[in-house]
Amino acid sequence: MGLQSCVNINKEWDIVGARQMGRDIAREIGFGTVDQARIATAISELARNIYLYAETGQICFEVIDNINQKGISMIAIDSGPGIRDISQVMEDGFSTSGGLGAGLPGVKRLMDDFDIKSEEGKGTEIRALKWVR
Amino acid sequence: MRIPILKLHNYLLISIQTEIDDHTAIQFQEDLLSKIHQSGSSGVVIDLTSVEIIDSFIAKVLGDVVTMSDLMGAKVVLTGIQPAVAMTLIDLGIHLKNVPTALDLEQGLIKLHQELGE
Ligand SMILES: Nc1ncnc2c1ncn2[C@@H]1O[C@H](COP(=O)(O)OP(=O)(O)OP(=O)(O)O)[C@@H](O)[C@H]1O
Ligand SMILES: [Mg+2]
Repeated sequence: MGLQSCVNINKEWDIVGARQMGRDIAREIGFGTVDQARIATAISELARNIYLYAETGQICFEVIDNINQKGISMIAIDSGPGIRDISQVMEDGFSTSGGLGAGLPGVKRLMDDFDIKSEEGKGTEIRALKWVR
Repeated sequence: MRIPILKLHNYLLISIQTEIDDHTAIQFQEDLLSKIHQSGSSGVVIDLTSVEIIDSFIAKVLGDVVTMSDLMGAKVVLTGIQPAVAMTLIDLGIHLKNVPTALDLEQGLIKLHQELGE
């Protein structure tokens, strides 16, 4: 495991800041342009969800550098309202904000590994990971 | 930050050159619709060559702007979508099915000419 860097999300521009930081890290580790775009897009979705539904939160990145594998791991944490029905929000097209409902199912497809934990009234924690190919 | 909208004969041309945040995207939507109204333009090309990421929000704004312009009587063509952007859109499950696209600005203008029969 490598260095961890975090971005606080509490205003709209932080969404852009977070995805730029994630893309920079992804480029340094050696991800190609398409995967850099995938990672930046996933971060954008998670950061916007924090901003929209929890108002504030944090996204942290970690570089994974094993002997035979390199990758980026991200964790998005907030203490917002939480999610009652996780299987519902993972469906394409489900949105409580008039959005496309593409964010969470999209992040799952954009990344190699995806894990969501949430408790109503407590908050949400989403981990996602992508390996360099 | 505002995205500049250029007028060329009866077309409007937009080349998005900066990282777009949500507010800029919404502002652009408003600006474009009022410019269409003001100028009576029949066609619009939005060039996305320099755009490195389109997430679900920006995709929704772009899709909406096409539908809204259409309602007003102006045809919009999106051009220059990068390969990486096209791939991430598909991962997001966004197909922009009813949105006319072209490879580049020049092809976009040709497409408008054809569709508008001018
Ligand atoms: N961090 C969060 N805290 C609480 N609820 C959340 C959080 N993230 C997502 N949700 C809920 O899950 C739903 C689905 O999220 P998802 O990102 O897939 O779609 P969306 O944000 O509604 O639209 P889109 O992302 O396509 O613009 C949201 O509408 C919201 O109700
Ligand atoms: Mg979302």
